[in-house]
Amino acid sequence: MSSVSVKNLVKTYGDVKAVNDISFEVQKGELFGLIGPDGAGKTSVFRILTTLLLADSGTATVEGLDVVNDYREIRNIVGYMPGRFSLYQDLTVEENLRFFATVFGTAIEENYELIRDIYEQIKPFSKRRAGKLSGGMKQKLALCCALIHKPVVLFLDEPTTGVDVVSRKEFWEMLGKLKKQGITIVVSTPYMDEATLCDRIALIQNGRIMSIDTPDHIVQSFPKPLFAAKADNIYSLLQDLRSDTGVESCYPFGEYLHLTLKEDDADALSVMRIAGRNHPEGLEVKIVPPTIEDCFIQLMEKA
Amino acid sequence: MNTSIENRKLSIVCKNLTKQFGDFRAVDGISFEVEEGEIFGFLGANGAGKTTAMRILCGLSYPTSGEATVAGFDVYRQQEKIKRNIGYMSQKFSLYDNLTILENIEFYGGVYGVSRPEIRSRSNELITTLGLEKEAKKLVGELPLGWKQKLAFSVAIFHRPKIVFLDEPTGGVDPVTRRQFWDMIYEASANGITVFVTTHYMDEAEYCNRISVMVDGRVEALDTPARLKQRFHTDTMDEVFYQLARGAKRQSD
Amino acid sequence: MKQLLAFIRKEFYHVFRDRRTLLILFGMPIVQIILFGFALSSEVKNIGITFLDNARDVHSEQIISRIQSGSYFRITPPVLNYGEIEERFRKGEIKCALVFPAHFGSDLYKTEGAQIQLIADASDPNTATTLTHYLNTIIQSYQQELNPEARPAYRRPAYRIIPEMRQLYNEEQNGSLNFIPGVIALIFMIVSTALTSVAVVREKELGTMEILLVSPFKPIMVLIAKAVPYLVLSLIDFIIILVLAVFLLNVEIKGSLVLIFAESVLFIITCLSLGLLISNVTASQQTAMLVSMMGMMLPTILFTGFMFPLENMPKIFQWFSHIVPSRYYYAIIKGVMLKGLGFSYVWKETLILAGMATGLLALSLKNFKIRLS
Repeated sequence: MSSVSVKNLVKTYGDVKAVNDISFEVQKGELFGLIGPDGAGKTSVFRILTTLLLADSGTATVEGLDVVNDYREIRNIVGYMPGRFSLYQDLTVEENLRFFATVFGTAIEENYELIRDIYEQIKPFSKRRAGKLSGGMKQKLALCCALIHKPVVLFLDEPTTGVDVVSRKEFWEMLGKLKKQGITIVVSTPYMDEATLCDRIALIQNGRIMSIDTPDHIVQSFPKPLFAAKADNIYSLLQDLRSDTGVESCYPFGEYLHLTLKEDDADALSVMRIAGRNHPEGLEVKIVPPTIEDCFIQLMEKA
Repeated sequence: MNTSIENRKLSIVCKNLTKQFGDFRAVDGISFEVEEGEIFGFLGANGAGKTTAMRILCGLSYPTSGEATVAGFDVYRQQEKIKRNIGYMSQKFSLYDNLTILENIEFYGGVYGVSRPEIRSRSNELITTLGLEKEAKKLVGELPLGWKQKLAFSVAIFHRPKIVFLDEPTGGVDPVTRRQFWDMIYEASANGITVFVTTHYMDEAEYCNRISVMVDGRVEALDTPARLKQRFHTDTMDEVFYQLARGAKRQSD
Repeated sequence: MKQLLAFIRKEFYHVFRDRRTLLILFGMPIVQIILFGFALSSEVKNIGITFLDNARDVHSEQIISRIQSGSYFRITPPVLNYGEIEERFRKGEIKCALVFPAHFGSDLYKTEGAQIQLIADASDPNTATTLTHYLNTIIQSYQQELNPEARPAYRRPAYRIIPEMRQLYNEEQNGSLNFIPGVIALIFMIVSTALTSVAVVREKELGTMEILLVSPFKPIMVLIAKAVPYLVLSLIDFIIILVLAVFLLNVEIKGSLVLIFAESVLFIITCLSLGLLISNVTASQQTAMLVSMMGMMLPTILFTGFMFPLENMPKIFQWFSHIVPSRYYYAIIKGVMLKGLGFSYVWKETLILAGMATGLLALSLKNFKIRLS
């Protein structure tokens, strides 16, 4: 059953096509990720889906309601956490929550069960002004405020950007728990590693979707074997490999370099041969399973 | 403090550097050394003291106690000399959006005392290397984020400083552009510039020669990425960082 | 030195690329010269005057014709009794009146001299002072002509005219009187217009507006919620000003307090609507503040009539003042508070103000964006 449906959405700002013919569907109760860097068009898509922006062309529905004509009903059933922290800095945690509960026509007590796990973590700070919270706490508060009216669909625009690693992990654990309550969650993030935590993801770049599927399938559809290589002087290894005509792509990836060869069924030995040409010290070559980031890069270079 | 022999090899030296605000010790007696031409990763959660420490090393604030030299200059008495010999780039701001690329280069070049003919020749070189010939007269605000960042980095090292400080330089860009950025960092390092970088991307930590992780104002780890991973029995820097940061008492900011 | 030059050059780039700064740099001086050169002067010109000539002799007619030939006064048809004078003052048709007693001409030859009564509308004390001064000069020069020989100063002139002054509406000669309604209008403009617009735009700037829009909360409620506190605060400010005026400055509130309050609420609503309208079209708090100040306050100060008399301005500016809401409010409040006028004298201005209020309110509500642009 489809919860969110987007068809051929286009949105232009001046001469920049922020959203360039985007289509996707999100199933009920799914945790759907929109993965892409700044300027990919994620925020524009979110704003169209939450009825804050009108697309230039294309259609979109949320729970069967049209984003243009039925915007009032949509605004009753969605929860939204915009990109920047959007709560009142000079109100306390509790005041913020109470305000948004009232604005959404409910009371904190009504849906407390839903936000209990999250709220318990910031409860000790309930009398503190929201502006004085740490980044991680602010995200938790914003999430509570977005959930306070028990929305059917939750839209989270880059909820973990700028937040420390520990809080990011906790946030995604909370999302997992929410999913179990049957809420459809659409999340956007520039962090590729968070993509694996979603049910399905759409890789988006420059207003276009490059691929939609489960993280596993996307990884499996990586067209060639992926190799990792390293040496003591990694920079010169990088230059060597890049200058070789048999190498299709080579880029740094943490401790290793990731590379693919032009031939379709290369193996570690052929890579060894190429890499070892200048006898670098400490050379190591192995096959590795691709990550979402590798897939993203490969799709970008193909485009 | 340092003999002239040490000065040649070490770019940055810290001994028990401390910065106190009232009762609060933002930086709590940190010590480390960075070699010339090294790519040094300076990691830590928000609120761990990273920014405070960097400001001291950039000559922007005085330590409460301890010693430090940057490019051979003392952070207490030679702040002006430090500023003249370093480059700086941060995510929050680097170039003026309503000036063109050339105007930005001319401005920063002028501020750092680069002569006019030098500015002209180097800026031509810069624009050609980045492939921005067509955009040279465009306002920086019209460029996509990735270009802005690469440009900002080039401008930061325009005056050929000995050290360049990068404060979270690659936020929000796509993976390909990030790597192009790191290509530039590698090249700078190969040319002898010391790169002192902070980042939230743990895989970028791997590109560094050595990294340090600050927790609660102290340096809890300082080693090459490979050895750190061995120490914590894991093969991702993410895990290393998570294990170190998890025990932090300070709320991040 | 080179660094300094590089920096200065950059600052010039910034300035010339920022339209707002350019407007202030070049637009403002030009506008100010035009305004202050042509439109605004505290000079007294075109002041409405009437005569109650009970004498109708050669002397009174002489004095009247001299006043008529000057350019300071705008002559209105003569009146037949005091009642008419009062009515004209109330309606604001005249700012002064000259009354000649029945035996003016023959009284001149008596040793006590002849009396002449000058009545001035002193709710605007500065203007009143100036015009009584003019009138006195004319009268004195006529007296001078009647007395041809030069006489030593200690000797009284043979023919004397003794003016009796009456300062209407301001027996205590309170110099600050007409400022008070003007200040009130200004305060409402600042609090209701500028602060309201900033408050709404602040939500937009902070990003909290997004969440409010996406909620079932009706957008209109957002506007009302923003406006109500400033309505209340403006009224509190109003009360403070009134209290201070009455007790500190000894101003007497002659008219009905209820009417004053009702008109004030009307004007505040007008200002609030203006504020909301401004917030609809601006994106940053800074711009909202700038537009409110430059766009609203300046015309208010200049074209309301409490600093610079409207009668003195070139026709085009007088026409312009017709669309400045505070002009009507100022006239109403001056009339009710200082002259004790009742509703029957201010109904026209009230109607206009009400029309402006409803029009602006409707416009700002219709214009409110229920989506991000």
